[in-house]
Amino acid sequence: MLILSCPNCGELKDETELSAGGEAHLTRFGPGSSDSDFEGYLFNRENPKGVHFERWRCSSGCGKWFHAARCTATNEVFGTYSAQVTEPPQEIRDVVSAKRPGWTWRDLS
Amino acid sequence: MSERVFEGAATVRQLPQRGMITVRGDMTDLAKAVKVPAQGTVAGNVAWMSPDELLVMCPHEEVGAQIDALRAKLIGTHHLVEDVSDARAIFEISDGETLAKLCPVDVARMEPGRFRRTRLAQIACAFWKKEDGSFELVCFSSVADYAWGVLSNAAATPVAHFSG
Ligand SMILES: [Zn+2]
Repeated sequence: MLILSCPNCGELKDETELSAGGEAHLTRFGPGSSDSDFEGYLFNRENPKGVHFERWRCSSGCGKWFHAARCTATNEVFGTYSAQVTEPPQEIRDVVSAKRPGWTWRDLS
Repeated sequence: MSERVFEGAATVRQLPQRGMITVRGDMTDLAKAVKVPAQGTVAGNVAWMSPDELLVMCPHEEVGAQIDALRAKLIGTHHLVEDVSDARAIFEISDGETLAKLCPVDVARMEPGRFRRTRLAQIACAFWKKEDGSFELVCFSSVADYAWGVLSNAAATPVAHFSG
């Protein structure tokens, strides 16, 4: 069972109280973008075995979105952080680096 | 309204309609109108719902006056004050074991005044612990019968392995 701490309401939320929002930190490509950028925005997703960054919503709770960093292989949670950022904050990356040295995810490492 | 009582290992009571007012806005603004409780708690008649939402409870007949008073204090701020009494059902549950069967919450560790939004089986709810150790729970009135069903079923039999 995955348990995430919602940074908005401070509660420890069981996976069944949350809604998964898919991959984090996507850049939206809309009207006027190239076909390949638009296709990438719509369809291309990471599917890592290991470090992953995701969006979650505290749906049976405060209702707010947040981000989570976890390991898809072990479900170890590295941390949760604000939804209002476009990449993981340094303190989250430091935790990931300490626990998974040499990790990479998209263009992050 | 739909008041009813179930007595099993625990007692579940659907309580008469209570006045409930949703107050939303920036918490620093809301503090001008309401005594804001700490995150995850209920204090007096006000519950902390989310970083930008409070629930104010009062006798149902006082809702109109309460809303007028709240709006008057929030003039000039970006806010929402709305009567949601008709959208809510409220229950009293005599012990935490009943809730522990239905909600993914460590109910045994809840202190009086603790307010927790979660799910009750498959529906959204919020409940809090009172000084006497009993709980009050609110959910949408549209699912009141579902809440009544799962609560009274869970309250019917004791949980042997829980002690104290
Ligand atoms: Zn939350």
